[in-house]
Amino acid sequence: MSHETREHHHEHGCGCGCQGERANPFAELSPILDHYADIPGSLITILQKAQELYGFLSVELMRYIALETHTSIAKVYGVATFYTQFRFKPVGKYLVMLCQGTACHVNGSKLVEEAVMDFLEIKEGETTADGLFTLNNVACLGCCSLSPVMMINDDTYGQLTKDKAIHILAELKEVASNETAGLATIEQEVIT
Amino acid sequence: MKIVIGTGSCGIAAGANKVQVAFDAIIAEKGLDLRVEKTGCIGTCYLEPIVDVVDDGGKKITFVNVTTDDTRRIIEDYIMGENELKELQISESDITMIGKQKRIVLRNSGLINPERIEDYLAVDGYLAAKKCLTEMTPEEIIETVEIAGLKGRGGAGFPTWFKWDAAKKSPGKTKYMVCNADEGDPGAFMDRSVLESDPHALIEGMLIGAKAIGANEGIIYVRAEYPLAIVRLQNAIDQAREKGFLGHNLFETGFDFDLRIKAGAGAFVCGEETALIASLEGERGMPRLKPPFPAQKGYWNKPTNINNVETFANVPWIFRNGGDAYAALGTKESKGTKVFALTGKIKKGGLVEIPMGLTLKDTIFDIGGGIKEDKAFKAVQMGGPSGGCIPASLLDTKIDYAEITKTGAIMGSGGMVVMDETTCMVDMARFFLDFTCNESCGKCTYCRVGTTRMLEILNRITQGEGRDGDIERLEELCYKIKDGSMCGLGQTAPNPILTTIKYFRNEYEDHIYHKKCTAKSCKPLLIYTIDKEKCVGCGACKKNCPVDAITGEKKKVHEINQDICIKCGKCFSVCKFDSVIID
Ligand SMILES: Cc1cc2nc3c(=O)[nH]c(=O)nc-3n(C[C@H](O)[C@H](O)[C@H](O)COP(=O)(O)O)c2cc1C
Ligand code: SF4
Ligand code: SF4
Ligand code: FES
Ligand code: FES
Repeated sequence: MSHETREHHHEHGCGCGCQGERANPFAELSPILDHYADIPGSLITILQKAQELYGFLSVELMRYIALETHTSIAKVYGVATFYTQFRFKPVGKYLVMLCQGTACHVNGSKLVEEAVMDFLEIKEGETTADGLFTLNNVACLGCCSLSPVMMINDDTYGQLTKDKAIHILAELKEVASNETAGLATIEQEVIT
Repeated sequence: MKIVIGTGSCGIAAGANKVQVAFDAIIAEKGLDLRVEKTGCIGTCYLEPIVDVVDDGGKKITFVNVTTDDTRRIIEDYIMGENELKELQISESDITMIGKQKRIVLRNSGLINPERIEDYLAVDGYLAAKKCLTEMTPEEIIETVEIAGLKGRGGAGFPTWFKWDAAKKSPGKTKYMVCNADEGDPGAFMDRSVLESDPHALIEGMLIGAKAIGANEGIIYVRAEYPLAIVRLQNAIDQAREKGFLGHNLFETGFDFDLRIKAGAGAFVCGEETALIASLEGERGMPRLKPPFPAQKGYWNKPTNINNVETFANVPWIFRNGGDAYAALGTKESKGTKVFALTGKIKKGGLVEIPMGLTLKDTIFDIGGGIKEDKAFKAVQMGGPSGGCIPASLLDTKIDYAEITKTGAIMGSGGMVVMDETTCMVDMARFFLDFTCNESCGKCTYCRVGTTRMLEILNRITQGEGRDGDIERLEELCYKIKDGSMCGLGQTAPNPILTTIKYFRNEYEDHIYHKKCTAKSCKPLLIYTIDKEKCVGCGACKKNCPVDAITGEKKKVHEINQDICIKCGKCFSVCKFDSVIID
């Protein structure tokens, strides 16, 4: 399917919420749809790429994908909600993934979780009011010998204690506030 | 001379990338002629970051737990100077520990650079594939795997040759070879390490299997949580294609085979074969009834063979050394080696590969160095959410599919989580049920509702609200769920409960009848008091108690009102004088 047809769809009731008057809000997804839309079995891959681009799957985005792949919105939503990787709400600047796998559990990940929830004042699955942190539990990050472990965006932190976890988060918070204050970014010290 | 840094996910988490940057900077500063290279991980996670210094004669010195500060000493004192830096070097006992292993699957891990196919070729890589494609018939390949006695390492331990034979005999021109790299057991990382440290071993194993069953297309289904593994694997696939080990007319035999990666999206049940296939097809990962087996109707209804990463990684070794050599290792029924991820309350946690037939005791105490802080061993969990807890009285059990199954646990994919006296076994059962209940796909009523009911009971017990008859109710539900579930997830979900009831019934009884958690792990069952002798009256506990259960004046002994206390544990964590006692 060509790019033009996609634009056309958009103008005639794309389901993205507009009345055909705005430019396609999901234009960046076009090359991906061009590549995958007609390959059978690609729905999960398309959803993954869409999430990479937009951070989460909005209803509009899922409706758009359904339309472009000639499937029902129910099917897209059904697949997306089956897998824990997909998110339906925006995430914070830092995605904190706390491991709750067996090794981490045995080594006290619950205590770390409690401390982190206290510090950020959110529960698992929520995002802080300032939009900085989203907290997610995951099952095993594959670094079990360093348990308890958490991953923040692309960095993994091991052998956590309550204090260490909070120290790391506090530091990120400071980095972020300095950034907004227009100061140079402090090189973030990785504590392991 | 070169410097080689272990950069598996573990190594990186321990700071390997920072160490590499530090080396690069010092080398540039001094203008040295030194190469810094990457390798995967050798499995001794507790020693990461690991740095090898290899001289031109190939002599290797290993430095462990290297910090960025150590890098300068390694270059200035060791490489440029005369200081041996013994204190940074790997200890004799760690070398012996590695020496006790038998490394087949991990033969190249931590030794070669996983990002360069030349390194794999230098250790005779792809020679086994060449032999299979150019000299052997599919029947001969399958026969060799049968002689080797290789069983699937993904959990169930099904003979690999039998599956290959079934897929080969299944009619049809289009067939698929699939690798299950979903590694769902939360607490295991054998497959991740192979993918990150020796991806070509997997590719070569799949190529040999593809030749045996007549598949021209292969797919590797990798867990989404393993980004580095996906990058290294894709890089390896590209290089293999470039060198002519994937693609058309391989080794000029007219045989075609190509591979692609499919990233999973986070669902434990997708490790089950039919659910994995549904997921590959872009659907919800729901298992379906077998038969038909994937060998008859798999991916897009074509004959499909699915094997685990470790299973494939054994294959090239078998063809280079012979099926007999592999079968010479292990026990009568379980041949070869098995990789385990030793974690939990263990001193020397990491990946170990041992010949089948070693005992659990050998593995945990000789190789793993025993229990952290020399506490008392309580149990070892094998098989993750499908497995069970094996108690101290059975530590002499041999690592063998049938022997482990006899205990009520399963061999599983290789997770070995060690627990000590501070781990509560009821809480462990609750932990696994929480996991399976979340991961049930919901198709079968027993699995969906049954696990929920069991979780509710276990939650109650660990919160001090256990009732007479709970143990029996759990047992009854366990057997019904085993019978009433369609796939392995539901059928094995009761194992963690059954084994803990079998071996640790007293702990269940303590929780239910005496409202006591001997491991001091279930918070609501603990009683917090203040030691009159030790309390200095600082008031920290009083200030932090969320329900004002603590009374006392400044500089006088404080007291906890048990009727108000909600057992949150705050006072215990804030008291700097260890005056709060848990009982
Ligand atoms: C719920 C469930 C989860 C599973 N997860 C995995 C897994 O993560 N990795 C794996 O290799 N096998 C897993 N298996 C086993 C596979 O279904 C299958 O038996 C295996 O991939 C076959 O490969 P093998 O014969 O080489 O072991 C799982 C099975 C069940 C029932
Ligand atoms: S046993 Fe559980 S996970 Fe398996 S098919 Fe039934 S409901 Fe789904
Ligand atoms: S355990 Fe919590 S509720 Fe109880 S006295 Fe201590 S701080 Fe207060
Ligand atoms: S259990 Fe936490 S990293 Fe594996
Ligand atoms: S150091 Fe790599 S698996 Fe642990």
